[in-house]
Amino acid sequence: MIEGMTTYVPYLAVALLVGIAFYIIMVQKNLIKLVMGISVLASAANLFLITLGYRAEGVAPIYTNAPIDTFVLPVPQALTLTSIVIAVATLALMLSMVIRVYRHTGSIDSEQSRIMKG
Amino acid sequence: MSKIVRTVANFLILFIFTYGLYVIMHGHVTPGGGFQGGAVFASGIALLIVAFGAKSVHRKLKEHQLSVLESSGALLFIALAFAGITTVFFYNALVGSSFFGNIPPVGANPGDIWTGGLIPLMNVAVGMKVIAGLGSILLVMSLITSGATEVEE
Amino acid sequence: MRRITIAVSLLIFVGLLMAVVMTVHPFGYPPSQMDDYIIENAQTETGANNVVSAVVFDYRGFDTLGEATILFTAVTGVVTMFRRKKEEAKSDV
Repeated sequence: MIEGMTTYVPYLAVALLVGIAFYIIMVQKNLIKLVMGISVLASAANLFLITLGYRAEGVAPIYTNAPIDTFVLPVPQALTLTSIVIAVATLALMLSMVIRVYRHTGSIDSEQSRIMKG
Repeated sequence: MSKIVRTVANFLILFIFTYGLYVIMHGHVTPGGGFQGGAVFASGIALLIVAFGAKSVHRKLKEHQLSVLESSGALLFIALAFAGITTVFFYNALVGSSFFGNIPPVGANPGDIWTGGLIPLMNVAVGMKVIAGLGSILLVMSLITSGATEVEE
Repeated sequence: MRRITIAVSLLIFVGLLMAVVMTVHPFGYPPSQMDDYIIENAQTETGANNVVSAVVFDYRGFDTLGEATILFTAVTGVVTMFRRKKEEAKSDV
């Protein structure tokens, strides 16, 4: 059974990354570590997209001077490009909001900046 | 930063900018394209900010110039998408014509830059947009956190 | 105590996720009708040797248009958050 399961190692990597990212988001109180957890979740989604499009013994889908081999699927790679750029954009916005919260309340602990306390 | 870092940055920045522009221009022949080449170029700008300080870079590179570059890249991308509007939106209208219009032979072949139709021009437009966008984000964030004396509103 | 509960339940969640993902398709043999057409005809229809660039800019150009809009909006948001007060040099008449 172990020999059959070694082909599923990329899927195991994706599932572990998702689990670690959710643990970080649920437990951390430091705002910057929370933003890092969200970034790990985005990287797990990008890795999942690429491993879904892998063909066995495939090379990159670019026609060069080398003889033609089997190609990997090109459409998931195009979708992953878009996803990486979107992750960078949301990371920039989240970090600038953390800087504003720090200037306004003086600490990056999320317990200190609760305004609507009962 | 120290004198060694400034000297090495002065020497390396030429190669980083050339490599970024090379990756943008050869996007339809080799791996790469607009987004990847723009990211390489923006990491060159990050090297300049780290080596010389944000205030010195801000004296030469204002936010207004980067904003004009980004907007012109976006408008050029939309204008190229409308170039083949007689058939359909986003139609590749330059394949077979005389400007970037060769068709490569099917199968393995050494690459030719003068192919691709509208794709190299779209690569240039997206490259301009990514360079200006990532450069703006880096410049603004390093100016704020470097102890500038102006208070934000 | 709370952290241990969260860790154990997340381990069960990771196991369930693995079981679901393994039934989509076996790793390395995806169904590929659309991608076979794109690999066959990308050189004659678009004239580019790089099939990924042809997909990003020609076959799925709308996604690239949406992503350019998102990048533009994010840069506008970041620059807006750090606007500085200009000193009042002239006064209104």
